[in-house]
Amino acid sequence: MLFDALFLQLGYNATLVAVGATLLGAASGITGTFLFLRKRALVSDAVSHATLPGICVAFLILVGLGGEGRNLAALLVGSAVSAGIGLWCMNWLTRNTRLAEDAAIGAVLSVFFGFGVVLLTVIQTLGSGRQAGLEGFLLGSTAGMLYSDALVIAGGGAAVLVMILLARRPMTLVAFDPEYAAARGLSVSRIDMLMMALVMAVTVVGLKVVGLILIVALLIIPPVTARFWTERADQVVILSGILGAVAAYLGAALSASAPNLPTGPIIVLMSFALFALSLLVAPNRGVLAAVLRHRRFQRRVHLRQGLLALAQAQTIYEPLTLRLLARAGLVRADGVATRAGRARAAKALRDERRWEILRRDQAQEAAAALYDGLREIETVLTPDQIAEIDGKIVPAREAH
Amino acid sequence: MASEFVTLSLTPLLIGIFAAVACALPGNFLLLRKQALIGDAISHVALPGIVVAFLLTGAISTWPMMLGAAGAAIVAVVMIEGIRRLGRIEPGAAMGVVFTTLFAAGVLLLEQSDTSSVHLDVEHALYGNLESLIWLDGTGWDSLLDPQALAYLPVELPRMAATLVVVAAFIALFWRPLKIATFDEGFARTLGMRTEWLGLALVLMAALAAVAAFDAVGSIIVIAMFICPPAAARMMTNRLEVQVGWSVVFASVSAIVGYVLAGYGPMWVGMADAVSAAGMIATVSGVILAISALWGPCRRRAGAPSGV
Repeated sequence: MLFDALFLQLGYNATLVAVGATLLGAASGITGTFLFLRKRALVSDAVSHATLPGICVAFLILVGLGGEGRNLAALLVGSAVSAGIGLWCMNWLTRNTRLAEDAAIGAVLSVFFGFGVVLLTVIQTLGSGRQAGLEGFLLGSTAGMLYSDALVIAGGGAAVLVMILLARRPMTLVAFDPEYAAARGLSVSRIDMLMMALVMAVTVVGLKVVGLILIVALLIIPPVTARFWTERADQVVILSGILGAVAAYLGAALSASAPNLPTGPIIVLMSFALFALSLLVAPNRGVLAAVLRHRRFQRRVHLRQGLLALAQAQTIYEPLTLRLLARAGLVRADGVATRAGRARAAKALRDERRWEILRRDQAQEAAAALYDGLREIETVLTPDQIAEIDGKIVPAREAH
Repeated sequence: MASEFVTLSLTPLLIGIFAAVACALPGNFLLLRKQALIGDAISHVALPGIVVAFLLTGAISTWPMMLGAAGAAIVAVVMIEGIRRLGRIEPGAAMGVVFTTLFAAGVLLLEQSDTSSVHLDVEHALYGNLESLIWLDGTGWDSLLDPQALAYLPVELPRMAATLVVVAAFIALFWRPLKIATFDEGFARTLGMRTEWLGLALVLMAALAAVAAFDAVGSIIVIAMFICPPAAARMMTNRLEVQVGWSVVFASVSAIVGYVLAGYGPMWVGMADAVSAAGMIATVSGVILAISALWGPCRRRAGAPSGV
């Protein structure tokens, strides 16, 4: 069953949902990157919660006009309008009052959602069974999705992707360095608005699949995950889109393969699995890499200190140092230096003397600043310079 | 009329007020410390905590669920902090990663387990059921003096009252350190205060208020009350003491007006049934915030030019 789902063998609708979810995942991963780089990730939380009253109002209008009230496109338009109002309120609060952005986000989120809940209960009192489907917007529900619904989602996801493709350059610039973008003559506020419009579009398209409570995860988790793997803004964007698409595709397929696996939560948990994996194993920024880096540094310090101790004929008590020296063939098991060990130790001590002289020389300040107790002096100075320093060591000894 | 009020409305109204004030009090400090969204995160992660507690005990009982929610809140705080430090990610994004994941896990657990026999679903967790907390033995104002009737008060009422007392006592006891650490953390540290422990204690108090209120009234009120009354109060004054006072007033007014509007408002416009009290309380708090943001005497940033 799972195998069938992964290869799109579960019928036309499940296939459409999977394709729609994949497009949505890619679009939200890419859009979210700009938000994340702009450090406004949680704005999407306010936007998504603010869609609820719009859905309800659109439903009420549809019913008032004598319709079924289940036209997905109309409901999505309603949700976009109220998300827009919520966004405007949030911007107004941050710009015109003393509230910080996080407070404005929380206020808009809770008030709009609360009002939406009031409207939901109003709809419930209108007649039994009529509200069926509206609850689906809270957590997403792809079960029993109509062909036309799936088409709206797939089309919307594709449209957002095209929009991003057209506006990617100015958006990258603003997300990465707003001051520079302003200096280049771009209107930062207008591009911010475009960014928010795209976030809104992704949210609205994702309502039916992931639900308004969890759509924010699709905008936040893939960019954060992508950021582990690369330091380049354009690569983060692409990688985040791919990660979002993979998580959404796997999630949609998995949830279609068995009952009681709601699409939205599964997609979110898939994203988190990718995130957790990246947190652990990513090169450079990952936890594992950091641990390895720390161990390597520790070993270098121990080896160096051990060599200096050998050169000055001090006894080494630290077991890790002894073990490292023995493993490198520099000391015997009883702690006495081998021939190679004596040579390396003498060189370490001489290097230390050379550094001492170098650091006293004010003309060599730049090179001396590189001293950290571990760096080989050959990587800083030319052989000629080292020879010159060695010339200064000898008279210093004779003076004693 | 009076007896009907005591039976049907007195306890939900009191629970609503207590929950609103208990959340608004720590909300003042969270708002000033730019941690306003902690309440949002905590109320989302309470769901998996409650579901796990239910799966472990197999019953809807109060204490395991409170412990489960509190445990989940602590797990969430630790995860946010861990991800922020290990991954060097900005706090907002780390929070977004954690609370959505935990909430998704909660929903999945709920769908996978057989909870059809008990009253436990996502909608309940989101907007609670304030209206159902009625006091059947309260037949009139005299019942307040009748120990037998008092014994059958909804358990949420004494629990919420106790939570409010604990939260208020914490704020009163640590008023000076909290105030100093909130406005000038560096100065607080030079005075020898353990500001990080104080911050953690504040978050734990917020979690306590959130979990207790969550159980009684759902997460909507929790998020709204953490932010809206303190934010509205912030527009009224520049003094912390006065701000806390205003926030208590705003929270109480939201609870009372919201409850009344939800219960009786629909009848005034000719509809038969009441609407969600939790949603209405959140809406009213938003209206209060809007009014104070438009006309509050201290709504602008200090030093900002007026009339811009």
